[in-house]
Amino acid sequence: MTSSLRYKSRIPIKTDESIEEKQYVGFATLPNQVHRKSVKKGFDFTLMVAGESGMGKSTLVNSLFLTDLYKDRKLLNAEERINQTVEIIKHTVDIEEKGVKLKLTIVDTPGFGDAVNNNQCWKPITDYIDQQFEQYFRDESGLNRKNIQDNRVHCCLYFIPPFGHGLRPVDVEFMRALHEKVNVVPLIAKADCLTPNEIKKLKDRIREEIEKFGIKVYQFPECDSDEDEEFKQMDKELKECTPFAVIGSNTVVEARGQRVRGRLYPWGIVEVENQSHCDFVKLRNMLIRSHMHDLKDVTCDVHYENYRAQCIQEMTSKLAQDNRMESPIPILPLSTPDAETEKLIKMKDEELKRMQEMLNKMQQQMHEKDQ
Amino acid sequence: EQSKLHMRFFTGEATWRSLELAGHVGFDSLPDQLVSKAVSQGFCFNILCVGETGIGKSTLINTLFNTTFESDEASHYLQDVHLRPKTYDLQESNVNLKLTIVDTVGFGDQINKDESYKPIVDYIDTQFENFLQEEMKIKRSLHNYHDSRIHICLYFIAPTGHSLKSLDLVTMKKLDSKVNIIPVIAKADTISKSELHKFKIKIMSELVSNGVQIYQFPTEDEAVTEINSTMNAHLPFAVIGSVEQVKVGNKMVRARLYPWGSVQVENESHCDFVKLREMLLRVNIEDLREQTHARHYELYRRCKLEEMGFKDTDPDSQPFSLQQTYETKRKEFLVELQRKEEEMRQMFVNKVKETEAELKEKERELHERFEQLKRMHHDEKRNLEEKRRELEEEMNSFNRRKVAAETLMGQALQSCSQQPFKKDKDKKK
Repeated sequence: MTSSLRYKSRIPIKTDESIEEKQYVGFATLPNQVHRKSVKKGFDFTLMVAGESGMGKSTLVNSLFLTDLYKDRKLLNAEERINQTVEIIKHTVDIEEKGVKLKLTIVDTPGFGDAVNNNQCWKPITDYIDQQFEQYFRDESGLNRKNIQDNRVHCCLYFIPPFGHGLRPVDVEFMRALHEKVNVVPLIAKADCLTPNEIKKLKDRIREEIEKFGIKVYQFPECDSDEDEEFKQMDKELKECTPFAVIGSNTVVEARGQRVRGRLYPWGIVEVENQSHCDFVKLRNMLIRSHMHDLKDVTCDVHYENYRAQCIQEMTSKLAQDNRMESPIPILPLSTPDAETEKLIKMKDEELKRMQEMLNKMQQQMHEKDQ
Repeated sequence: EQSKLHMRFFTGEATWRSLELAGHVGFDSLPDQLVSKAVSQGFCFNILCVGETGIGKSTLINTLFNTTFESDEASHYLQDVHLRPKTYDLQESNVNLKLTIVDTVGFGDQINKDESYKPIVDYIDTQFENFLQEEMKIKRSLHNYHDSRIHICLYFIAPTGHSLKSLDLVTMKKLDSKVNIIPVIAKADTISKSELHKFKIKIMSELVSNGVQIYQFPTEDEAVTEINSTMNAHLPFAVIGSVEQVKVGNKMVRARLYPWGSVQVENESHCDFVKLREMLLRVNIEDLREQTHARHYELYRRCKLEEMGFKDTDPDSQPFSLQQTYETKRKEFLVELQRKEEEMRQMFVNKVKETEAELKEKERELHERFEQLKRMHHDEKRNLEEKRRELEEEMNSFNRRKVAAETLMGQALQSCSQQPFKKDKDKKK
């Protein structure tokens, strides 16, 4: 299956002309060099999935990465779930495609929203994300930084049930607890129970509520101005389609003479990769084929930096108040002295200056008197 | 399209399974995504040129980049070595490059060159320090930080034909752990082919026997192993620079025109310029940047942090010890601060005492003076009084004498006037 989203390659095409061209220096090969090195080094990505049980999270992950990550797992029944706490389960796989290696980590959150009382059920999740930040912070501040492992969560897919009229309180609370720690991508799960009209209404409703509650979901970066119109149009459509309504499937069925991933119903076959059936392809393109790197960048440059800044500030204020060592995070000393000490030094300086001036004045007066 | 993807599935019990997948997931576009971002951000590259005045550093840079970067000829009479960085924005195809050329001005001119290497080392360290400071800030913006760290040092060796100069050896030894060094033989049009061969061997053996680590073109990446290892054998590159165009055959090429022929810059049998350009710009520019960041900068950072008292923890030990080190450091810092404050206070008190003493002294002097003046005044007054008394005395005695004289005169007159007075009296009768 070829991707319908054309990715514009940024590597400059060297024509024979340009080689002969007198002005050709050669650093235009930099992108090639970067490309080559990055392929050699390999990539990593951590994806978190969250939502109630039975929303199709595992199925979607399998569909996205065309594999079966969840063989032999046990599902709890209702009774076992009454007092269920949220667990964090990591699955790490090394996958390779056309020479590009990817270390993919899927972070599962079974138990989320399943108990009867779901107060603060997102706490284990926010704690996990913070822990990864903390670990990275510690590694980054250490002396030997040769092999730092980046386990920070780059994206969180949040599954909204399609059965209601929009966001429920637990959805709002969860997304609000996470939106400043991780890139949140909300999805409408099991979209095959909604007609196109219903989907549109639900999407509009959800977008409204996201705005109303001030939830900062992941924003697609603006298109480069030098992209062509077709690309820009596709980009625009992508943005207007959020939240994506998705369907996943673990099974392959025969439809229209082809073998496709789909769900077989008496009334027809739902094809996962059919764009008129659901937004799966859009999600896959966005998540994997065009914005995977941007998700990582936003995590590093925005979420992690915010965490780090906050952490340092907390630590310095705590340590300034009292000499107790409570915070476990090591930071480097500030290179500027205490503001208070500086003030004191300044005051003393000024006093000295004043005394000096008075002395000078008196000397002058006595000079005059002598004369 | 059926692609066989090898997957290792890691469970808690560390079992590995390989699965066959059907279909193209699409993450093979990841390198393209990365490159796209990098290109839109632009690249930066910083070159340091170290070599004697007039050896051809600026000309070589102009030749490499095929443009004339403005620079004034340096004088031979500078007191010490200066570093002169200049930044330019270049563009080729769709690649934007922020190029910084750092020239060492005055290198090799002084009579005493003991300290010549210092400004260079300081400059390199300063760029590392700036980056480290940025990294340690609370609010930092590393992704749009203008990286000024030196990625490559071109060391220009004078074409003596014999060996390295002592200054060269000393300087390179000081620089090799801080920056990637590529030595080049400058003005190579004064050396013949056979002399050049011997010269190169001598230089390399001197470098090796003195433990100088120059930059080796990387050979792990299969795509460039062959070309890089060939080039490694040609070091140091013998280069010639020229921006003047000379007609050779029916083409205009960059060359130096001599009565005996023209030395062509891009002719590989004339010099190694093409090799240098290939290695420096077309093949390994990214590796140079990476080595600077991952090796030289990390070394600097580690040394600096160790200096500040930070010790790394081995994986098993307490993760809190670094924090304890910080605490101790902070305590030290506070103690130091207190001591300084005490010092300042002491100094202040002393100064006040001094000033007080001075003022008192001045006061005393003034007082003395005043007393003196008073006495003088008193004396004068007394003198004057004395004089007045004398004068008065004189006056009195004068008056007395006057009175006495008057009385006498009066008496005399009376006796004289009595007779005539009788006559009058008689007359009247």
